[in-house]
Amino acid sequence: MNAPTTAASRPAAVRHNDYRARRHAAWWAFLAHRLSGVALAAFLPLHFWALGHALRGEAALDGFLRFADQPLFRFAEWGLVVLLAIHLTGGLRLLVIEFLPWSGLRKNWISATAGLGIAGGIAFALALIG
Amino acid sequence: MSSVAAQARLWYWQRISAMVLALFVVVHLATIAWAVRGGLSGAEILARTQGSWLLAAFYGAFVIACAVHVPIGLARIAEEWLGWSGRLANAVAAALALALAVLGLRAVYAVIA
Repeated sequence: MNAPTTAASRPAAVRHNDYRARRHAAWWAFLAHRLSGVALAAFLPLHFWALGHALRGEAALDGFLRFADQPLFRFAEWGLVVLLAIHLTGGLRLLVIEFLPWSGLRKNWISATAGLGIAGGIAFALALIG
Repeated sequence: MSSVAAQARLWYWQRISAMVLALFVVVHLATIAWAVRGGLSGAEILARTQGSWLLAAFYGAFVIACAVHVPIGLARIAEEWLGWSGRLANAVAAALALALAVLGLRAVYAVIA
């Protein structure tokens, strides 16, 4: 039987385990997936509200688009596209882990998540300036 | 329904909606990259969307899938990071699902009708 953990040693053990778990690529993939999901969830009602301007006609929608045609909004749009690409690929990785035969933490999909985020960002940036 | 069965059902709906959304998001990302070239205008957007029942069906289903997927994910985050009870998180998630569905379908109607 293992020796009982003393109260004094327990917090250090917890910290050590947390540190080791968070050095892992899969933890960063989890965090990126979660934070991108929260950001996209916050954006979604604004996106719907913006498109809803069309209810008051083309001029109202145009007015909003002109208002949003600023560097800050453009940068935010670009960031959201990147986050959407990251959340998409990260989500596919989770589906692969959960629904296909077990084959580890699918680190190749973590690389693909980063890759598609970069590719999506470049493609959208080129489309914006093109 | 026991809470374990409820959790399993929510997990199932989140993953099914994720599978649907994966397809929609790929199409949406490609559409965004294509549509923003040369800037966006209301006339340009509405010329593409108005009267298109194909786009209405696509974006209508997209909105419903979002309304299922997003609140379930946020409810789990609220439980894990904010310490909300499962009951409170699920109740807020249900209200959020309804709000997203109404706002989203309103947006689809706005650009199609």
